[in-house]
Amino acid sequence: MRIDKKTKDNLITYGIVVAAFLLIQVLASTGHLSSHMKGLLVPMTYYAIIAVALNLCVGILGELSIGHCGFMCIGAFTSAFFSKLTEETLPGGLRFFLAFVIGIGFAALFGFLIGIPVLRLKGDYLAIVTLAFGEIIKNVLNAFYIGYDSKGFHFSMKSQMDLGLEPDGDTVINGAMGIMGTPHDAGFTVGIIVLLISLMVVLNLINSRDGRAIMAIRDNYIAAEASGINVTRYKMMAFTISAAIAGAAGVIYSHNITTLTASSQYFGYNASIMILVYVVLGGIGNIRGSVIAACILYLLPELLRGLNKYRMLIYSIVLIVMMIVNWSPKVIEWRKRTFGNLGIKKKI
Amino acid sequence: MKKFNKVVSAVMASAMVVSMLAGCTDAASTDTPDAKTDTAQQTNNSSDSGATFKIGAIGPLTGGAAAYGNAVCNAAELAVDEINAAGGINGYQIEYNKEDDEHNAEKSVNAYNTLKDWGMQILVGPTTSTPSIAVSEYTKADNMFQLTPSGSAVDCVKYDNVFRVCFSDPNQGIASAQYIADKKLATKVGVIYDSSDVYSNGIYQKFAEEAKSKNLEIVSAEAFTQDNNTDFSVQLQKAKDAGADLVFLPIYYKDASLILTQANTMGYTPTFFGVDGMDGILTVDNFDTKLAEGVMLLTPFAADATDDLTVNFVKNYQDKYGEVPNQFAADAYDAVYILKQALEAKNVTPDMSISDICEAVKGAMVEIEAAGLTSSKMTWDASGEPNKEPKAVVIKEGAYVSAE
Repeated sequence: MRIDKKTKDNLITYGIVVAAFLLIQVLASTGHLSSHMKGLLVPMTYYAIIAVALNLCVGILGELSIGHCGFMCIGAFTSAFFSKLTEETLPGGLRFFLAFVIGIGFAALFGFLIGIPVLRLKGDYLAIVTLAFGEIIKNVLNAFYIGYDSKGFHFSMKSQMDLGLEPDGDTVINGAMGIMGTPHDAGFTVGIIVLLISLMVVLNLINSRDGRAIMAIRDNYIAAEASGINVTRYKMMAFTISAAIAGAAGVIYSHNITTLTASSQYFGYNASIMILVYVVLGGIGNIRGSVIAACILYLLPELLRGLNKYRMLIYSIVLIVMMIVNWSPKVIEWRKRTFGNLGIKKKI
Repeated sequence: MKKFNKVVSAVMASAMVVSMLAGCTDAASTDTPDAKTDTAQQTNNSSDSGATFKIGAIGPLTGGAAAYGNAVCNAAELAVDEINAAGGINGYQIEYNKEDDEHNAEKSVNAYNTLKDWGMQILVGPTTSTPSIAVSEYTKADNMFQLTPSGSAVDCVKYDNVFRVCFSDPNQGIASAQYIADKKLATKVGVIYDSSDVYSNGIYQKFAEEAKSKNLEIVSAEAFTQDNNTDFSVQLQKAKDAGADLVFLPIYYKDASLILTQANTMGYTPTFFGVDGMDGILTVDNFDTKLAEGVMLLTPFAADATDDLTVNFVKNYQDKYGEVPNQFAADAYDAVYILKQALEAKNVTPDMSISDICEAVKGAMVEIEAAGLTSSKMTWDASGEPNKEPKAVVIKEGAYVSAE
């Protein structure tokens, strides 16, 4: 059987993820994994997933989105809301699966709705609109009060008292306090499975007819349009898939950290930029790079904990150094001269 | 594609500058007081018997809430050093370690896991509510005793292994409403609160419920968020138009200082009533403390109280860290001494397992009666809530005076 270069490349990507998973499992079962590391595994998977999602939007579609955490936020809140309501009535596995369906569905829906007006335009409007969306969704969720009692749902945008709950009622979304006590369903294995599925979706999309159309739009809008490609349709498709995958990352997020608040440190502008940093350092358009960069850059500040005050400073310096080493033409030239073709090959 | 690359690089560059700046301020602003702490972060006191108690603390040491985390971690360290110098707990020395959580639930869990790897047996923290709730899921699973000095949201102590030192948010709201009604400070009350903050919301919700039953009329309840906390003229104008003769501010002191300044410019002079977050208002830079004249607040701790315990604590803290401790520091200092008392009550030794220590301390907590900086008499019930009297103070001539 002949395997072409692209399939081989994709298999390597899956292989790396599976190998990392097996390695971690072996380390965990032999007791070589500290609890600190164990705690970092799940966040690493969901940041890798959202980095893959954003790379589809930024690298493949060529549209800058700086509000991707907004979709993560949608996925997190809708799924946590569902899980909280059905905690007693549905068995764990089924509930978590349905939570995924709901989280991904809503994130995709919002991606679609935002895409309709924006993706018809040429230029960097998507960046501005997604930025606004990310901030709006955060503020709207902070104003939501939803409670549930024997009489059904109660909704208010003023305060918890305005819900008028019966004594047996339960406040599900409590304004700025968000959703507390989501069942702790997510684990490393689930995270890896979702990461593999998102990789398969994105990599297969890139290598398909649709993917080539999407990349044609990125490379030359006018030529693509002239060739008869329905530009808006393909843009919408890529952006909606990207939002859906970001929603999946949100589902894992909310079922790992059981306190979910829509505050800016988790879903705001800075968080979205952080994901963009993962994507850019991993290589725009390089999906495997995004996964690796997300893992390394999430781990780095945690592993630097020992350095205390200086860790964020060192983290920033490492970012700049990585950027230069990876992307500066002079350094790439120097690397080529010094190392020849020793395993370093230019991607994209 | 070229244009696109330009945009990306511009965004990236700004992101980096921002993160560099954030890194710089962290390192620079805390340089002086923490130069000593850095070396002493791991207070490794070699004890004669070999075994030591390992107590960990978690708080935001960097970022926007760093003032609170540093206060908690410093004061806990101070208490540990004092106890070690006086011979330790049950004859065993204490080892102390602190971790940064950036006021982020996810980071807080990471910090907890790091401390667990270090060998922590008892957790003092996390400092803030949301991280505290997230971490309590894990301490519950490990059955580790957790005493949060300042996690005030209701859910912080929902598990039986978690206790707290500070008042809960609802208790502060209820106590404030009762105090205002009982002392007949006002009949028409305006409220300005931060709807994006858990702490502020929690207090406001209970305040409003209690106010209703006490026949206090809330004539205006206006919210702001952390994204628009610079101009309060609208909220103040509404309170003024509604004829509020007392404005309740269940918020932190930085926002409160702006409100006081703007009320003064408007010529609006109701009684301002705050809660423990208001503590610190006299230390705000460029704030005319005359404006705070007559402001009332409920707080468990006043740094210029004259009892020996407070005087000593404030002096030692200032010598070591170069700043006046706030109520977060006082809560953490008390927390360590409460642990000492509980561990001594049950004769706990460091060689016991984490779970055994937890069970023993849990049992001791409901029996002991602690005296500390934040109250001269504190008791706990099994729910983890402290029973202590709130103290009301009024600001007179730039200092807290008891408002009895």
